[in-house]
Amino acid sequence: MIPRDRLGYLPETPSQTAGPYVHIGLIPRQAGFDIFDNALGETLVTPATQGTRIRVEGRILDGTGALVRDALVELWQANAAGRYAHPADLQGGKAADPSFRGWGRTGTDFATGLWAFETIKPGPVARVGQAPMAPHLNLWIVARGINLGLATRMYFPDEAEANAADPVLNLIEQPARRASLIARAEARDAGTTYVFDIRLQGEGETVFFDI
Amino acid sequence: MTADSAFVARDPAAHPPALTPIYKTSVFRAPHRPLLSLGNTLSEVTGPVFAQHELGPLDADLTRNYARDGGAPIGERIIVHGRVLDGDARPVPGVLVEFWQANAAGRYRHRNDTYDAPIDPNFGGCGRCLTDAEGRYAFRTVKPGPYPYRNRGNDWRPAHIHFSVFGSGFAQRLITQMYFEGDPLLRHDSILQTVADPAAQERLVALLDLNASVPLHTLAYRWDIVLRGRRSTLFENRLQRN
Repeated sequence: MIPRDRLGYLPETPSQTAGPYVHIGLIPRQAGFDIFDNALGETLVTPATQGTRIRVEGRILDGTGALVRDALVELWQANAAGRYAHPADLQGGKAADPSFRGWGRTGTDFATGLWAFETIKPGPVARVGQAPMAPHLNLWIVARGINLGLATRMYFPDEAEANAADPVLNLIEQPARRASLIARAEARDAGTTYVFDIRLQGEGETVFFDI
Repeated sequence: MTADSAFVARDPAAHPPALTPIYKTSVFRAPHRPLLSLGNTLSEVTGPVFAQHELGPLDADLTRNYARDGGAPIGERIIVHGRVLDGDARPVPGVLVEFWQANAAGRYRHRNDTYDAPIDPNFGGCGRCLTDAEGRYAFRTVKPGPYPYRNRGNDWRPAHIHFSVFGSGFAQRLITQMYFEGDPLLRHDSILQTVADPAAQERLVALLDLNASVPLHTLAYRWDIVLRGRRSTLFENRLQRN
């Protein structure tokens, strides 16, 4: 049994690195084999999902500028109406979308270091009593050499007004660092792609959150 | 306390810091800037929900979920079981627990693993389940072998199973590793030593559980997982609802 602390609480289980073979457990196809009938996290959108289709992609760079090719990236986001597919979302007047769980996972490519999601642009969300937040994607990164998963957010470059009022971006004291959370839009044949590179360490370091 | 109550802050002493030079890969992958503290918003108190029907019938049995025509993996058959609890010792039901590991020889089924110990044709090395109403999880597998890796000149990982756990909100998301009671490699392991507090290291070690074993068939280990609890803030929520 886990000993309680002096107030009777249980201490959290310590984190450990996901290691270089995280794919075996979480995306076995990338490790090189198929095992589950239903691969969780592969698909965010189906034809029935409501909202504007977007592609989000980027690379993860270490403190020397080298590609991190063995990372796992998870995405958690609201639907097009700005509602999370979760019972704790108590926002009124925003429709649920049964065709959108809002979560996905992928690995950075072993050759190119690229990660990508095909998803929809989320609407703005607000917890009861809190200021509305600009549309954003919540990203969580684990990899060999990362001892505790890193949480960050991607915001959209075409939401300048909402971004300027976003209560989380405004928590970042240095305005120059806010730019590390705003993606770059690229028009491509298949539609708009948002490019979001994540710098773990050093020049242009991405803002990570203690959530 | 309501369904959208924030989680208690992470206790930094419970976790390894980002920069742990004993584990060399962390040196260039640790942020240099401090993390920005963020009181939980709706984005952190919510998280993905999974259903039993999304899983297959053998997903939690690693002795069978990759076995060929009547074959079975070589190794020490074990059950690993326990509960997922929060900081208030309440069970966390219906959450996805995923696990992966090397085979009995310490070899991973992964295209980048070049260790020359053999692949086991009847062992994939991954599984998953949902916790039940009391927060219990269980799976069957073979005990993984130790595994050498390039860190210090002669570093070997103790036998370990990787765990990925979802809570009821994305802020509870946790990936960790479970070790085995009595393993002499534990005190030499660079990755376990990234956790500074010996009592916290101890919480990553599963105990032999003879009561849960299947006589003449399978030994058992027990390991409980604790996720962050919710804040039962007495005044703040009331203010939010004004």
